[in-house]
Amino acid sequence: MSNILAIAGKELRAYFASPIAWVTIGLFGLLIGGFYVTGLAFFLQQSMQMEQFAAAGQSQPINVNQYLIRPLFLNMSVIALFVLPMVTMRTYSEEKRSGTIELLLTSPVTDFQIIVGKFLGAVALYIVMLLVTVPHVAFLFWYGQPEWQSVVTGYLGLLLMGSAFISLGLFLSSTTKNQIVAGMLTFAVLLLLWIVSWFGDSAPPTVASVLRYLSITEHFDDFAKGIIDTTHLVYYLSFIALGLFLTLKSVDTERWSG
Amino acid sequence: MIEVQHLTKRYGRVTAVDDISFRVERGEILGFLGPNGAGKTTTMRVITGFMPATEGRAIVAGFDVFDQPVEAKRRTGYLPETPPLYPEMTIREYLSFVARIKGVPTAERKSRLQQVMERTRIADVADRHCSKLSKGYRQRVGLAQAILHNPDVLVLDEPTAGLDPKQIIETRELIKELAGDHTIILSTHILPEVSQTCQRVVIINKGRVVAIDTPGNLTARLRGSETLYVQVDAGAQDATSVLQRVPGVTRVTTSDRHDGIAGYEVDSRQGHDVRRELARTVVSNNWGLLELRPMRMSLEEIFLSLTTEESAETPEAPETPEAPEAPGPETEAVNE
Repeated sequence: MSNILAIAGKELRAYFASPIAWVTIGLFGLLIGGFYVTGLAFFLQQSMQMEQFAAAGQSQPINVNQYLIRPLFLNMSVIALFVLPMVTMRTYSEEKRSGTIELLLTSPVTDFQIIVGKFLGAVALYIVMLLVTVPHVAFLFWYGQPEWQSVVTGYLGLLLMGSAFISLGLFLSSTTKNQIVAGMLTFAVLLLLWIVSWFGDSAPPTVASVLRYLSITEHFDDFAKGIIDTTHLVYYLSFIALGLFLTLKSVDTERWSG
Repeated sequence: MIEVQHLTKRYGRVTAVDDISFRVERGEILGFLGPNGAGKTTTMRVITGFMPATEGRAIVAGFDVFDQPVEAKRRTGYLPETPPLYPEMTIREYLSFVARIKGVPTAERKSRLQQVMERTRIADVADRHCSKLSKGYRQRVGLAQAILHNPDVLVLDEPTAGLDPKQIIETRELIKELAGDHTIILSTHILPEVSQTCQRVVIINKGRVVAIDTPGNLTARLRGSETLYVQVDAGAQDATSVLQRVPGVTRVTTSDRHDGIAGYEVDSRQGHDVRRELARTVVSNNWGLLELRPMRMSLEEIFLSLTTEESAETPEAPETPEAPEAPGPETEAVNE
């Protein structure tokens, strides 16, 4: 455990020592801020109208969770898909290029510890990114009465989904010396996993359900609604496990082939 | 301390290391010598557990590096060809990270760090970033990293490559100091380094061991006969035929000649010391005996003869055209 934490700490330090952490956090914060402001403006306009109806004795106030927080979470998931490949692309590639991989692989730590350490380091950075968005959501609690449960599950879902992205990025980074290639590959595969459910619309029902199950973002929606469904939990956890497992195999193969 | 048994490493179809076996005893410095691409780095990478062997095994401090990698690695320090530094860390941060993953106990970490930094003379730059270090400092930090957990075995891949002469001497001294508590394998393609630091040499070429011995024995063994260098002031005369007649001498060649002073290489049968006879002969001919010393094949010559296709029998002598009438105007024929 101490080894894993040492490596995770080293990774996190490397992110913050280089522009990567600042650029990704800044980018994430900026985009989320943009979405938040436009979302909020739209929401205010809607609720004004609603209030006019309500005055006529027609309706009830609109749901903050449904109309503001959930879309915000969905936007975050898409931005994470764009930003996280930039975080993971260097994890292995850079160590291979600079030769520091020789230090790690000849130290008395197991490959598994190295991989989990790197994974946790990237997840920690991602958590910092998510924390940047917390004030936006907290602000809503100040002025409204959103359900806190669905906010918590939303963040949990984001965490799981982002971790799945990271595990995939880690694997692809371990297959190449070239950071750019690692980043592009990760992005391409994630994008493919995102849009795979769209193909399902025109496919026969059985194929469609398989494609929908494969889609990495499809599983997030329930979390954003405030539901923790074991199907989705299992999906993300097994995705993460698979990513880490493939990384382990890739590092091992690399050893054998030199 | 280190035992390598029938080690073979193939990359696809290319055989980088082909059935290498050797052992290194505790406290010994073993030189690993070979031209570039001979398989030195590959062998070292197998010993340090960086990559597994295709066949054969390596045992470090009693642990098989493949079966018990963590135990073996705990006892091994490795300096790769390029020191594995993280540019964003300061030396102190870097070394404390290394100490953690190498399993140095928390309580000892600080003192151990200080000790190692002083030993490798990097304490004065401890808070500088690794990216801002000169080649010499990078190499020293690399060495500090390797000895940090006080390993039994040190594997150093070209530790003096790219250093200036002063740094090379310092590094060699440091390595010799370390030999007391550590068993060391160091690779190099610089020959004097081996004769100056190592007790034993493994010469490899094209993935195979061509020789294992002490630098001294290697020199002796490779010569089928003993060779002496004799420098004689014989004036205008040529001493070749006279020296040839000395009992036990098999061959005399002129190696250099100027101003009536000629140097000869005298081969004799092995185990036959002809020095006394040679000296007597020279003096009895009334020539001046200026120099008489045994000639050793230099490591360069051994290396070349072992690693090139040509036979090891005839190391090339410096080419000097024989000039029968050499004496110049200023010749001082002292003994004539």
